[in-house]
Amino acid sequence: MTDSADETVTYPGARRPDRTRWVSSSGLQLAVYEWGPEDGAPIFMAHGGFDFAGTFDVFAPMLADAGYRCVSWDARGHGDSEHPVLYNWGADMRDALVVLDTVSTDPVAFLGHSKGGGVMLELADACPHRVSHLINLDGLPSKHNWPDVSDRERTRMVQGEVQGWLDHRRTAGEKQRRPGTIDELAERRGRMNPRLELDWLRYLVTIGARHDDDGWRWKIDPVLRPGGFGPWRPEWSMHRVPGIGAPFLGVLGLELEVMGWGTEPDDVIPYLPSGARFVPLEDVGHFVHIEQPRLVADLVLEFLA
Amino acid sequence: MTIDSASASASRLTFVHNVKAQLAIHHLRAGEGRPLLLLHGLAERTPPAVPAYLADWPGPVVGLDFTGHGRSTIPAGGGYTSEVLMADVDAALAEIGPATVLGRGLGAYIALLIAGARPDLVRGSILADGPGLVGGGIRPSSPQVVPLDPHQVSPPDPFALSELSRDVRPPDYAVEFVRMALQGSGLDQPIAVASVVRPEWLAGVVGEFGVVELSLAKAIVLYASIE
Repeated sequence: MTDSADETVTYPGARRPDRTRWVSSSGLQLAVYEWGPEDGAPIFMAHGGFDFAGTFDVFAPMLADAGYRCVSWDARGHGDSEHPVLYNWGADMRDALVVLDTVSTDPVAFLGHSKGGGVMLELADACPHRVSHLINLDGLPSKHNWPDVSDRERTRMVQGEVQGWLDHRRTAGEKQRRPGTIDELAERRGRMNPRLELDWLRYLVTIGARHDDDGWRWKIDPVLRPGGFGPWRPEWSMHRVPGIGAPFLGVLGLELEVMGWGTEPDDVIPYLPSGARFVPLEDVGHFVHIEQPRLVADLVLEFLA
Repeated sequence: MTIDSASASASRLTFVHNVKAQLAIHHLRAGEGRPLLLLHGLAERTPPAVPAYLADWPGPVVGLDFTGHGRSTIPAGGGYTSEVLMADVDAALAEIGPATVLGRGLGAYIALLIAGARPDLVRGSILADGPGLVGGGIRPSSPQVVPLDPHQVSPPDPFALSELSRDVRPPDYAVEFVRMALQGSGLDQPIAVASVVRPEWLAGVVGEFGVVELSLAKAIVLYASIE
């Protein structure tokens, strides 16, 4: 049994973007969204991994209503953006710069959540002439230590991860996301977002999934999956923080959860640039701007003012 | 590199898929027994014929064009990683079965990764000199964001050249793949280093159990002799 394609779900305060458009990143089509007045000061906003720009539907209108032009986009393979052949960090950076080029050539405020925070951090490091303020929402990865296991056991764990990824790729070309009702997709997403309200997750289904004949499917590329392996080290991102010259605001949710980094304030404080503002939030999880949109929006507005 | 003119006839071409990328497999020489899978260097492609240094390999010789190279898909917008090229090789192994892998340059690094990732399918990996052997060093350099011309359609993909030449290769990450190969392959020496140049990732590999330093010719003889 499936819900109908035209079923709408509302959520208090959620507002779809005022404008949508497409941008080509070296031939790859990216969906771009804007909230707020076209002549407002831009806030350039990047969502986290496995999210999409619509996850700003409550938070961005709060900034837009204060006069800001909030611009975000669906990362490649996410939301309505095209599913590419390849993914990597550098490609996400290029996509961000291509979208930014359509917003302003003057310095603007960068804001990113989770992985989007990491992308904005590195973009600010690569293009300091394009950033006026940098706002990081629970997007500072801490150094991840392997559990206390022997070298041999660790090798076995890595091999399981690598082989699982290769096995997934061998069949991912024929895969689609599993269909379901709005409630079923919301329940599935709730496993990765356990602190978020069911009503919010149901709302996300209607903007982040498509309705096929056999039910709703999340739009995200089926080849993508959480976790992974590779040479990247979390401290490489953190090492970019001290050199940031633009005013910096970091917001950290202190409740640990599955999609977060597990970062503690002591992991961040030694790296903060001079004059930075850092706000750890008690009883708030990884999705700080969704759990506490008014609080975080006010922090951002105060910081930008 | 010289090409054995005696075997310079046109090779048979087949294709496999790594998710959305179509990959060209060049069957350079038919034969009985375990194939040798040749992995080219950065910006190279499978040679048109069996290289002279493989004349003594007793079985079939097969070459894979990595994504963005040769006759394989050139994707829009880049996004290359060594890990996805490892998955290219995995797609080839799913087609041709267990093989000895010989990689040049970038292909040498990929030959190491696949030896660890699929130790049941790789019967020895030979790491040889070639373009892209060094990669991007052991840690990220200053970040750069460079959009490239999307209208470039002939191989190699400029995104591949840009991204894979900056690909970070920490030695301890490379060593993990040696250990996976040693644990899973049942071979005493699953990795043979035949390169003269030893970037940091490869210098780290050379000191590990299971890695032997041999000339290219001797490495080919070594793996030709195993089951």
